[in-house]
Amino acid sequence: MDDLILQFCKVDKSFFGVPVLKNVSIDIQRGHIIGMIGENGAGKSTLMNILGGVVPFDAGNMLLNGQDYVPHDPASATRAGIAFIHQELNLFTNLSIAENLFISNFPHVGKSPFLNKVRIRTKTQEYLAMVDLDLSPDTMVDKLSPGERQLVEVAKALSQDASIIIFDEPTTSLTARETERLFGIIQRLHMSGKTIIYISHILRDVLQLADEIVVLRDGEVVQTGPKKEFDIQKMISLMVGRYIGTLYPERTSKPTEQVILEARGLSKAGIVHDINFSLHKGELLGVFGLMGSGRTELAQIIFGTETYDHGEIIVDGNRRTQQSPVKSIQQNIAFVTENRREEGLLMVSTVAENLGLVTLPKFAMPVTNVMRQSALIEAVRNVVSLLHVKVNDAFKNQVKGLSGGNQQKVVLGKWLMNNPSILVVDEPTRGVDVGAKYEIYSIINDIVAKGAAVLFISSEIEELIGVCDRILVMGFGEILGCFEQADFHREKILQTAFREGGK
Amino acid sequence: MNAFHSRQRFILTILKNTPTILFVVIFITFSLLDQRFFTWANFENIISSSAFVGILAVGMTFVLLTGGIDLSVGATMYISGGILAVLLVNHHWSVLPAILVSMIAGTLWGCLNAFLISKVKVLPFMVTLGTLTAGRGLGLLITQSNNLAVPSEMRFGADRLFGLIPIPIVILAFVVIAGVIILQWTAWGRQIYAMGNDPEAAKKAGLNTGSLLASVYIVSGFCASLAMVVAVSQQGSVSASFGEGVEFRAIAASVLGGTSLFGGVGAVFPGTLIGTMLVQMISTGMVYLQVDLYLQDMVSPLVIFFAVFVDAQRMSLIKRLERRNIRVEKTVVQALTEKKASLAP
Repeated sequence: MDDLILQFCKVDKSFFGVPVLKNVSIDIQRGHIIGMIGENGAGKSTLMNILGGVVPFDAGNMLLNGQDYVPHDPASATRAGIAFIHQELNLFTNLSIAENLFISNFPHVGKSPFLNKVRIRTKTQEYLAMVDLDLSPDTMVDKLSPGERQLVEVAKALSQDASIIIFDEPTTSLTARETERLFGIIQRLHMSGKTIIYISHILRDVLQLADEIVVLRDGEVVQTGPKKEFDIQKMISLMVGRYIGTLYPERTSKPTEQVILEARGLSKAGIVHDINFSLHKGELLGVFGLMGSGRTELAQIIFGTETYDHGEIIVDGNRRTQQSPVKSIQQNIAFVTENRREEGLLMVSTVAENLGLVTLPKFAMPVTNVMRQSALIEAVRNVVSLLHVKVNDAFKNQVKGLSGGNQQKVVLGKWLMNNPSILVVDEPTRGVDVGAKYEIYSIINDIVAKGAAVLFISSEIEELIGVCDRILVMGFGEILGCFEQADFHREKILQTAFREGGK
Repeated sequence: MNAFHSRQRFILTILKNTPTILFVVIFITFSLLDQRFFTWANFENIISSSAFVGILAVGMTFVLLTGGIDLSVGATMYISGGILAVLLVNHHWSVLPAILVSMIAGTLWGCLNAFLISKVKVLPFMVTLGTLTAGRGLGLLITQSNNLAVPSEMRFGADRLFGLIPIPIVILAFVVIAGVIILQWTAWGRQIYAMGNDPEAAKKAGLNTGSLLASVYIVSGFCASLAMVVAVSQQGSVSASFGEGVEFRAIAASVLGGTSLFGGVGAVFPGTLIGTMLVQMISTGMVYLQVDLYLQDMVSPLVIFFAVFVDAQRMSLIKRLERRNIRVEKTVVQALTEKKASLAP
């Protein structure tokens, strides 16, 4: 009865003497969807990188179809029928869809060195049809939406005749509709007998998709079993290793009546239209919007990295005349951007260098502009311990090596050093595990308790309901509704966002 | 479609074809300023005298596509040109074997770049700056800094194929066609584009990025050697300043033709070819307008810098225009609903 396609047997792996995988044994049935969950740093990515031939393992062995399997590089994993769809997509945006599918293995005209473009096109059309993408094979990838790109990656996996497809956090940059479409395709792949390993922090999705669930913690398998043995609460406690009664920390303060930021009729052609809201001192104001609703653009306009055509922004009673991030920082406005890898952090710089970015001028001596090193070092140490950033040496370790949650803490810390009075956070918990999420909510709560105002942008309704005082709903570049804490209701907020139930 | 979109598309079309439009505008401007400029003979002269820069620029395009740079092309020309002249003048070799040996030497200089960049993994800028300086020294050593006039059999630059097309133009055409075929129609070429776009992803896709990277510097070395042959055949001698400063013109030609210095974007035809002719036309035009000889060396970089600046502005504008809008503007919505209403019975 057992038809195992893949077995991990006592796999060990350490990086620089630090064990990241300990004695990992997993049996994977052919044709199943395996949901793999665990906190950041639990070893999921390392395990999948071993399977995908990106890194070698130290001890133990892997069996693929009962045969010993040792991939030397990504190419040999591909040949063995394993496709790895990474969180950051690996498509070449300057090439067409067809070229992306065949880049490592182009068909030629006979034995000549010339490409058989006709064959490339027709083959691509077939694979695109399998993932329901109604696009020309010649479409350039940089014209595609994130969701379409994801499906092109799936088509690529199919073109390589993969029998095992690994999805690593595939939905982080997808809209709700695109996610649904992806799930449909995954189900179809499942029907056609493919084995799928699905890694995600969104437990609801894992529960919906998977046949079997594997929970990793600190490099060990803590539990595996069929889906019916799990519920969300149990998954969380297994991942974190303790029972978490509440996902959201208690608020210790109440908002005041004093308006600190006001937007009046903000408009920008094609982007946002007639945005009106006011943010009070000590208030945690949520902005719910799906990808492409204009929420990020609104944040950029408020912070001054984007311009606007009409309307006004009033900060602390004064009308803003000049639009620039420098001005915003002087007014103690902080902006934690949506994409920490590209916009929030200098990935190859140290934790300390990143933390000092915003406040650097404050640590310079007058006239000479020489840095007061000791004061800066002291301030960095304070922030690192205040936010519990897990790092060996903040002055030597690169941000790149930190887990997602700790990276996000560094972004927050960089702004906290400037004592912001207005903090705009855009998707601060994306790709962050449950434990770190709780810590980030706590940090934000503390900022609010100290009298700052926070604009909390998110596409997760639950977290907004859990932490906010009020929630604005954005969609189509407009504010579609505003909910007071007493009226927080998941379905109503969603309906508002989709403009269902009337105009 | 509506007016807004068609206007936007019109602007986009103009922006995307700026090199060609710039070419036409500059040609017409010079022609208006001096009637002698607008003649077939002059046009042919521009292409013919730009041939060697064009060949260099094709090789340079390969390098720029990977996000690298080759500053050593002028030095490569001097080394191989020195060898060619010494073999012809001092050792009385016949033309063909001398060309062959000198081109092999130039290509080997490109291999040195390739080795240092792809195996030793030193930055292209540093490597080729080094081989530029060392290469000029080696060239001086080979020629003993003599000005060597080559025999008449080597001066075929003014000859015509079948009495019609000047030989330099034939060679340029051959190189451009080969460049297009390699870059557009072979796996090698497409993989160069892929690597230029995202080296990490290329590695993950199983491409041999080391040999891809090495290959472009070898191509550039080969192109520099071929450009040398064309230049010597036209100029008739190899002096101590042979090939000096040509890297600037080659890079400018490629960039003016739309090649990005960040890699992954660009094409040999029409881009690099038009860029080459633009660069040449600017310097030829100044000769016609009798601009002070000493000023010319300052003016042409200025014009090129201006063109590259315009190019950068243009790219950011294209990006902004092609951005997906979140909302359809009211006016369009209104227009559509009005239309619907008018269609209803």
